[in-house]
Amino acid sequence: MQAIQAENEQVHPGSFSCPGCGLTMAYRHVLKALGRNTVVVTTAGCGSVVAGYFPMTSIKVPFFHCSFGTAASTASGLRAGLDMMGKEKTHVLAWAGDGGTFDIGLQSLSGAAERNDNVLYVCYDNEAYMNTGVQRSSATPPGTWTTTTPGEAPEDRLKKDIIGIMAAHGIPYIATACTSFPEDLRKKVRKARAVSGFRFLHVLAPCPTGWMYPAGETVHIGRLAVSSRMFPLFEILEGETIRLSSMPDKIPVIDYLKAQRRFRTLNEEDVLRIQEDVNRRWSKISSAGRREEA
Amino acid sequence: MKTLMTGNEAAAMGARMSRPQVIAAYPITPQTSIAEKLADYTARTEIEARYIKVESETSAMAACIGGALSGARVFTATSSQGLALMHELLHWAAGARLPVVLVNVNRSMAAPWSLGVDHNDTLSQRDTGCLQVYCETAQEVLDTVPMAFALAEEALLPTLVCMDGFLLSHYTEPVDIPDQEDMDRFLPRRKAEYRMDPNQPFTFGGGVSSEVLYGLRRRMQQDMDAVPTLWEDTNRRFERIFGRSHPAVETHNTEGCDLALVTNGTMAGTVRAYLRDRGVEKGVGLVKMRFFRPFPVDALRKALRGCRAAVVIDRDLSPGGGGIFAQEVRAALHGTGDGVPVVSVIGGLGGVDVTPDHLDRLFTDLQGRRELPFETLWMEV
Repeated sequence: MQAIQAENEQVHPGSFSCPGCGLTMAYRHVLKALGRNTVVVTTAGCGSVVAGYFPMTSIKVPFFHCSFGTAASTASGLRAGLDMMGKEKTHVLAWAGDGGTFDIGLQSLSGAAERNDNVLYVCYDNEAYMNTGVQRSSATPPGTWTTTTPGEAPEDRLKKDIIGIMAAHGIPYIATACTSFPEDLRKKVRKARAVSGFRFLHVLAPCPTGWMYPAGETVHIGRLAVSSRMFPLFEILEGETIRLSSMPDKIPVIDYLKAQRRFRTLNEEDVLRIQEDVNRRWSKISSAGRREEA
Repeated sequence: MKTLMTGNEAAAMGARMSRPQVIAAYPITPQTSIAEKLADYTARTEIEARYIKVESETSAMAACIGGALSGARVFTATSSQGLALMHELLHWAAGARLPVVLVNVNRSMAAPWSLGVDHNDTLSQRDTGCLQVYCETAQEVLDTVPMAFALAEEALLPTLVCMDGFLLSHYTEPVDIPDQEDMDRFLPRRKAEYRMDPNQPFTFGGGVSSEVLYGLRRRMQQDMDAVPTLWEDTNRRFERIFGRSHPAVETHNTEGCDLALVTNGTMAGTVRAYLRDRGVEKGVGLVKMRFFRPFPVDALRKALRGCRAAVVIDRDLSPGGGGIFAQEVRAALHGTGDGVPVVSVIGGLGGVDVTPDHLDRLFTDLQGRRELPFETLWMEV
């Protein structure tokens, strides 16, 4: 692994995030790869808290806290305005959590993607409404404990296939990434940066507070998510061509699940069902990806 | 040059002459023809703008907010449910002090579903921090849009330019189209002191302490308080160039009148017709309110001084409260020492006709009473 150079940093050290926060790492790497000629639109969520309270700020680039459901359309307007102001080269980043993307922001996201507006949309996914204290979202995986899917009734729905939804829009660039693979994340941001049109990055951002693991294990947990293929890393070009990213060898999902207390109520049968679902999704992605490589 | 135009065509022309750089709009009756006309102007590059065909009014206002943050001049138009859908975003736009100009073609709120005009859509946005200006004629609509940009960009507050659905939006009237060069002189390009520029980074709309929020709201009120003077200046400048004046409050025959009729929008036109034919001799005057936010308290007090009573006709209703303008007029007159009582009348909801005959029967009835009623009256249908 290469040492990360402390240059082109757009995020200051120190923020309001919890210790071990995955999305703060993602924020740093995404902005580092985008560079200083960037403006950011953020919705309500942990991401807006990380940005800091007036008169402090944790980032060096201009930032607007928009309404919860409108990261994409606010970014569209900002893009249009900057273009008209002769600032075509300024990157517009929409930065939203899974709630702001999968749930309340889905309509605005779909609109901007369908229009192929020239913005980079990054969803930092910590798989629940963490900023309000761990409530389920449509990104919450089955079997998860949250405050709205408590012990007696854990989450029973599959995680919404946001990548499938975005791919159906035929946008030029889609990628999944994880904070535990920072080189891969930065490479994908740099790739997205070079593409014109709507670009969507889905970044898994482990959350020690909501996922209930020790704060020092964020990188480890993210690696398990990718290794188990609960969260495989890949790219989709023009909504069709799948390219698999390099990942560690596949491990059983139980290794990922047992490392987090949010999955503590799962029984053997539940784990088996989750494993089957992961296998099914992984087989679909990997076979499509391989076909492309052949 | 005078030409025939509908209110919506006048709104689109007013927007075009203001040289907006970002337009975001979503279709809704009776606003749609504004969005269409602007798409046409943009397609033919008669407007140099990015036109974002958004998927909802929420996104229309969000895109306007984003556009305004870049320092660009932005425009949108909507009606009724569309404005209601924007409600949250209007707070964001006002709170972030962004000079978005929005034309709202007034239409009643569902349910039940209706296309007729009343003002509940815009009056429901009363507390958002948006300025509200109401128009009586297509000429006023055309003139008010660039004036609204001049005002909004000075006051740093979003501005709603309101016109009555169908009664104004779809009727054709002769309109004088100003010269573009004169308009450019009146309204130069927007100069945004604060914008999202990586060379001079600022954060907008992020978390603040209670004390900071309190201070910002107080500033907003102070800036609202300064709007009547700003509008006077804007109107004076406009009149000097174009020869037309659009004061915040307009009066007709109010000097020593018996009953002053206070109203807004196209209802003022009906009152004018009534005054011309019968009203003046019966001692009726007209106070037309262009502004609702900020509420032009001083101008209104001055306009009503010496009248026996103010009769407020509201084309709106706050259920459980009554006429919204009437409440505000009562509050504005309270404690002035002039003791002008206010009679509240509801009329024209859902686009129901109010004619000079209706007005005549109302005033004959009121003038015949020994005591003026405090309870809300309802115009006959």
